Amino acid sequence: MNENILSVKNLNMHYETISGNVSAVRNVSFDIKKGESFGLVGESGCGKTSVAMSLVQLQADNAVISEGSIKLDGKELIGLSESELRTVRWDGISIVFQGAMNAWNPVIKIGEQIREAIREHYPENTKAQNIEKITELFSMVGLDQNIMDRFPHELSGGMKQRAVIALALSCDPKLVIADEPTTALDVVIQDQILNEIKKVQDLLGLSLIYISHDIAVIAEMTTTMAVMYAGSIVEMGPTDEVFKNPKHAYTRLLLESTPSVVGDKKKLRSLDGEPPSLIGDIKGCTFSPRCPEPTDDCKNQTLEMKLIEISNGHFADICCVNCK
Amino acid sequence: MKKNLIEVNNLEKYFEVSGGLFSRKKSIVKAVDNISFNIPLGESLGLVGQSGCGKTTTARALSLLDPKTAGEVKFYNNKTDSMESIDNLEGDELKEFRRNIQMIFQDPYESLNPRWTIKDIILEPLNIHNIGNLDDREEAVAEILKTVGLTPSENYLPRYPHELSGGQRQRVSIARTLIMKPKFVVCDEPTSMLDVSIRISIMDLMLKLAEDLEVSYLYITHDLAVARYMCNRIAVMFNGKIVELAETEELLSNPIHPYTKRLISSIPVPDPSYERIVYDINYDELDEIIAKHGAEEPMVDVGNKHFVATHDVKGLI
Amino acid sequence: MDNKNTKNEKNIRKEIRKASINKNWTLFKQSKLGVIGLGIVVFFAFLAILQPLLFLTGVWEESVYDPVVGYESEKVTLLVVKCPQEYPTEQYETKNDCPAKGEVNSVVIFNPSVKVGDYYETSLQPAPPSSKHILGTDSLGRDIFSQLMEGSQVAFILGLLSATVGVALSTILGSIAAFFGGRVDAYLMRQSDLVLMLPFLPLLFIISAFVELQVWHLAVVLGVLGGLGGSVITIKSAALQVKVKPFVDSARITGGSRMRILFSHILPNVAPLALLFMVFSVTGAIASESVLSFLGLLNIDMSWGLMIYLSQTDGYIFSGMKYWWLILPAGLSVTFLAGGFYLVGRGLDEVFNPRLRQR
Repeated sequence: MNENILSVKNLNMHYETISGNVSAVRNVSFDIKKGESFGLVGESGCGKTSVAMSLVQLQADNAVISEGSIKLDGKELIGLSESELRTVRWDGISIVFQGAMNAWNPVIKIGEQIREAIREHYPENTKAQNIEKITELFSMVGLDQNIMDRFPHELSGGMKQRAVIALALSCDPKLVIADEPTTALDVVIQDQILNEIKKVQDLLGLSLIYISHDIAVIAEMTTTMAVMYAGSIVEMGPTDEVFKNPKHAYTRLLLESTPSVVGDKKKLRSLDGEPPSLIGDIKGCTFSPRCPEPTDDCKNQTLEMKLIEISNGHFADICCVNCK
Repeated sequence: MKKNLIEVNNLEKYFEVSGGLFSRKKSIVKAVDNISFNIPLGESLGLVGQSGCGKTTTARALSLLDPKTAGEVKFYNNKTDSMESIDNLEGDELKEFRRNIQMIFQDPYESLNPRWTIKDIILEPLNIHNIGNLDDREEAVAEILKTVGLTPSENYLPRYPHELSGGQRQRVSIARTLIMKPKFVVCDEPTSMLDVSIRISIMDLMLKLAEDLEVSYLYITHDLAVARYMCNRIAVMFNGKIVELAETEELLSNPIHPYTKRLISSIPVPDPSYERIVYDINYDELDEIIAKHGAEEPMVDVGNKHFVATHDVKGLI
Repeated sequence: MDNKNTKNEKNIRKEIRKASINKNWTLFKQSKLGVIGLGIVVFFAFLAILQPLLFLTGVWEESVYDPVVGYESEKVTLLVVKCPQEYPTEQYETKNDCPAKGEVNSVVIFNPSVKVGDYYETSLQPAPPSSKHILGTDSLGRDIFSQLMEGSQVAFILGLLSATVGVALSTILGSIAAFFGGRVDAYLMRQSDLVLMLPFLPLLFIISAFVELQVWHLAVVLGVLGGLGGSVITIKSAALQVKVKPFVDSARITGGSRMRILFSHILPNVAPLALLFMVFSVTGAIASESVLSFLGLLNIDMSWGLMIYLSQTDGYIFSGMKYWWLILPAGLSVTFLAGGFYLVGRGLDEVFNPRLRQR
């Protein structure tokens, strides 16, 4: 139909807690083209995992999507019943969770757990067909075939993570969400896994959403990216554009506070304070208390927040566009 | 020739692991396998390695939390202006010595007692060592809170850890650690569980305090970029041994050991236009070094204060 | 300047404490079971306090309403009849109709001078509920409601005392086992195993055979038995988890002594779990007391268990609903109060165990 595999418009989600409603996702909109790898970067509490969860409609019990639309290849996901969603999950869109290494059932063999996922979507497959499929997936991620007969505790962290990626690919999804898939892994293993992901993406023509707090990984893995802060997107655009020409104060600070082993040793900037509380009504620019150079408009919280296009495909929050 | 604060010679920490329910054989895990290094007064050393390499075990052995299996650790005694062994300290001597070595932990959520107020947490070292009277102690606590950036102090003193953010908690840890003005602080990945944007402010604080109070750090991390920011020299650990030790910029621009080269080249670079090439392991340069300088244990000096380990790592990396 | 700071500090501390209590209360309120349990406990606590108040304010006279020695007799005149062997007769339909209201069967009167057809005056004990005695009286003329309130006092004292002794014991032992490890730990665990193996009630029977048990003695015995048993193992595992936390390492590196670490760091973190145990063990204590009293093994003036014991020895226990006020109030009280404490424990569990929370 259209060239967008995923189209999110005005997504708003909040969590109901005893202290009030916590707005985790505020007016998030983005599109992902087929075959693209889209990065979502931000720190703890910025809402990126909440967005990921709502994309697969696996949000928590007390999470409420109050507004917005999520269209996967033209099909609206919000409002679907649980049984309808089950056909979409894993088959249309799958996810590699944060800490997914620990998501394996310790008493069932790895191969059996993956077969379980495949059976759900392709019940007419024979066991032999499934095993062949998994062997293929394993070789794509660099795992040996006999891993299928092992239990999770017999595998190292890196191997478990690769198996999780195989699991996410097992039903030939069109879009894969990877939520911090390599945290807790060693740098050398992380590098190998990132390579596998890139390889698999090229091979299968997958679209990928890569979520991380590490902008170095986003720089290497994605072609388009969005920066999230306090539940909303503050800057979005082609990855090299955003890195070369960051407009939002938060993006700039993020880029300037990341040490690197390459190049000259630079003086790094730091960010003071904490992210704002997302309970109750939120007005204006949430970043202004920590912004190093706020204008009066920013400080008075009078701005109606929206993304303005700076150049082709590159958007940033209105306050920073007008700033400098 | 700068004086050394701490000298570690041939440190070893072995663990016995039983072979199983019915096996009498015990195998030995060499968590720390014959490492040596010095830290000069006022300098910081980074200990970089991946999980399981032995860096945390080294930290715990140096801070006298767990006993070592073998090796010698000497500490500078400013009263006698000489290096003295700290190996067999006990009782009151040990307690007195503990004023000199402190540790900052990785997890801001677990390194403060959740049932104690911030005030009590920071007061504890002063209480244990009976410094001054109560008023002196309270004043010292208020002072150090200001130094670490937690002001006004009355807002923080009566609070409990769960009311503070991760970054604030690490500041409390730093305050508690430095209130006794130790000479040596072991830092076990203190910023890895904090948000990226806050890390720099904590690291800057630690650097400033190191300068003001003349403290040396042993900074343990898996992140070479962080070690670069914090340390004068870096030691790379692998499989219980130090494979390379050099000044920071020298190590990064001129790595010799294949493991170090692999490590540096695997780190993602925050620049989309950078073409990162992962190092293809080959042992040629290492063999050259052994041919030129010999194969002494644990490391050979290749000049320019740069040390490389020569033990066989073929197939392990 | 310093005074201002400390005053600010104290104010902030008060605010924090208030906020913390409010928060915990809100969390507790979320558990409906906990709130119900708390309501039950408060109700019985009220009863326990009510009795001495009634006496003090003179609303009740001691001679009449004292649960142990009060006595009030209601005299009633009854016609003596002889109940026939076979039914039905012209006067009575079934066996249950004889003796009818206002009549008494001659066989139960042991006075040989009283003959059928005479009027016999006797006191009506046990008396059914009336306006004077809202739950009636027992066979000795004592007010049931007063006894109930006395029993409530006993239940609270016994329950709380034994729970405190037990929990204090198991917390200290569990923490010591976790902290010192080695032989100390091995010994304490074997001791716990031994106590766990012993059958609880039979052991109490044996103890009561050797020692005359009064409320205080029973409380201590229950406390010690409970404290040496399985709870030591649970507290030890909780203490072990605390022991490996970085803040304990931090205290060691700073130079803290072992005693200091044990008492200032480990014990306070094990306390919430211990508190939970305490509430649950009150349940067991109340139930145990009623069983022992029911079997007549306790030297107690008045308690709920004793009330049921008396109704059994007086022969009324199988009278069904005829003498319900002798059995039901006491029995229900035991059930409700023991259950109430249990529910409060469940509610507290939600406060202490964040993972159980709904939100």
